[in-house]
Amino acid sequence: MGTEHKETILEVKNLKTHFFSGKKVIKAVDGVDFDVKRGETLGIVGESGSGKSITSLSIMRLIAEPPGKIVDGEINFKGKNLLSETEEGMRQMRGNKISMIFQEPMTSLNPVYSVGEQIAEAFRIHQKLPKKEAWQRAVEMLRLVGIPSPEKRAKQEPHELSGGMRQRVMIAMALACKPELLIADEPTTALDVTIQAQILDLLKNLQEQLGTAVIMITHDMGVVSETCDRVAVMYCGKIVEHTDVDSLFENPKHPYTQGLLRSIPAVDRDVEELEAIPGTVPSPDNLPKGCSFAPRCPFATDLCRTEEPDLLIDNDDKVRCWMYSERWNGPAAKEVAADVSHANAN
Amino acid sequence: MFIFLMRRLVQIVPVLLGVTLMVFLIMQMVPGDPAVLVAGEGATDEQVEAIRHDLGLDQPLAVQYLSYVGDVVKGDFGESIRTSRPVLDEILVRLPITLELAFWSIVITVVLGVLIGIIAATKQNSFTDVGLMMVALLGVSLPNFWLGLMLIIYFSVGLQWFPVAGWGTFSHIILPAITLGTGGAAIVARMTRASMLEVIRQDYIRTAKAKGVRQRLIIYKHALKNALIPVITVVGLQFGALLGGTVLTESVFAINGVGRLIIDAIRMRDLPLVQGSILFVSVLFVIVNLLVDLSYRFLNKRVELN
Ligand SMILES: Nc1ncnc2c1ncn2[C@@H]1O[C@H](COP(=O)(O)OP(=O)(O)O)[C@@H](O)[C@H]1O
Ligand SMILES: [Mg+2]
Repeated sequence: MGTEHKETILEVKNLKTHFFSGKKVIKAVDGVDFDVKRGETLGIVGESGSGKSITSLSIMRLIAEPPGKIVDGEINFKGKNLLSETEEGMRQMRGNKISMIFQEPMTSLNPVYSVGEQIAEAFRIHQKLPKKEAWQRAVEMLRLVGIPSPEKRAKQEPHELSGGMRQRVMIAMALACKPELLIADEPTTALDVTIQAQILDLLKNLQEQLGTAVIMITHDMGVVSETCDRVAVMYCGKIVEHTDVDSLFENPKHPYTQGLLRSIPAVDRDVEELEAIPGTVPSPDNLPKGCSFAPRCPFATDLCRTEEPDLLIDNDDKVRCWMYSERWNGPAAKEVAADVSHANAN
Repeated sequence: MFIFLMRRLVQIVPVLLGVTLMVFLIMQMVPGDPAVLVAGEGATDEQVEAIRHDLGLDQPLAVQYLSYVGDVVKGDFGESIRTSRPVLDEILVRLPITLELAFWSIVITVVLGVLIGIIAATKQNSFTDVGLMMVALLGVSLPNFWLGLMLIIYFSVGLQWFPVAGWGTFSHIILPAITLGTGGAAIVARMTRASMLEVIRQDYIRTAKAKGVRQRLIIYKHALKNALIPVITVVGLQFGALLGGTVLTESVFAINGVGRLIIDAIRMRDLPLVQGSILFVSVLFVIVNLLVDLSYRFLNKRVELN
């Protein structure tokens, strides 16, 4: 993989994005740390509601204020803290140095403009290209993302295209200015399985061609295994595990990660054997005391239910679980892990 | 689309028949005998009777109505009882005046309404927003004739910026156009604001922001075109209200348009003229509605299919 020697282009430190509604404070993102290296793919996984989208919108500085606010932290992009950037500075960065694609291809394109025009706009804004040239580049982008007869397609409006085609258009738009970082927020969740695989392949190809770093946001461990170099697992607004993709699948440390892995549907496994993690994600305005995962964790002890664990750092691997600390007095982590890999092997 | 158009055109026929019938019946009910009015004071009963016969007013009502409809189908709108000139000529002389007034009023309705709506929406819940929406509420509630009189008193009589009445130069148009346009502007402003607030929450606006589009372009390019789709219908409806409004406004400002023609014709019990001019206004109204419907369908198909 060899990503460890590469330059870090994005470093998120202690990011906290909260929502204020009435007297309630919803801590959607509450102290998130991770980094992304040039050209690599970092996965952010977690169940719905864990704060993945809010994290990515925070990086883009697109959190609507009010009700949201980035209350703490740093987002260093190539050494510069985006949180102290001006709005105009951010605008010049968006769609240019950092791009984002969204989960909803059906509603993410403007219904009253042709797709060519919407892609061309990126060239006109950031590269100040004249109208005609921008249009030609838009057509080239459509060709690049594998849309047949791009000259004709460019003139069409979004409603004339299928969901998969629209997501290709979104990718073309996001990659138009060759950004250094692409945030893909569940880019395939809304698509059919076959289209899903095509889009992931396309993203991977383009990433290699352009050398773009990608943050791949998903709740699907299958997508993680296919696309990511390293992975951050998120739960209730916090990172609970952060490691490379091989360690994650071979030796998942956090009980939440173990649970997510047990719930992947695989060809060689019967659907009946699939285990969803018991219980539900707690509501972000009413988090339990101690570790947020404790109420659903099969190994939770009194310690877990009273005190919140820190993110324990071991070289490049991080895990937020008491099991790996000196204060742990439950069953040894090794035994638990052996149990899990046994279960996975079955 | 063609079938839709044909169906709409066929639907116009019963509408116009209904309008003529209503006008005919109402004119029968209002007191006053056109033959007496035409004959003038001091005419003998025989003279009045002769005039009544000439005008065909001694025929049964059903015959009168059907022969009128028959003539109209042939393109003959009859003659004015009072002036004996063809009804069509009387209307065509005045129609350009009313159309010009309606045009500038609609311009005021759309430009003022949309602008106020956008400003209010982009400053949602601010002092500006609340203030503008209160003004808009006031604009909807003000009666036309009152607003017209107030404008005359203040700007024409007081400041002497504009002529008090009449028609001819552009400065004659301004006050009546404001009088006619403000009610619609207020409604359009409220509609634009609501529609704009709805649109700026959409996913594609977030996409535009993520692309680095400037805030101003997000509002005036990405959001506005979408937000105006429902506003078009409202503007179409306002055009109907506006045609009705010309009757009062033309009277207040002494403008010789179709509106005033209708008033005068009613006063003189000049049935062919009343029929003809109201028929014209109705056709105008129906055509505008059809155009609005067509453009709405055209613009909305993209949105609907999403
Ligand atoms: N506008 C908002 N107001 C209040 N809470 C919000 C808002 N947007 C998101 N949240 C909260 O933030 C949490 C995380 O949301 P999100 O990042 O969208 O989750 P994910 O993308 O992981 O599914 C959600 O549980 C939600 O309650
Ligand atoms: Mg999400």
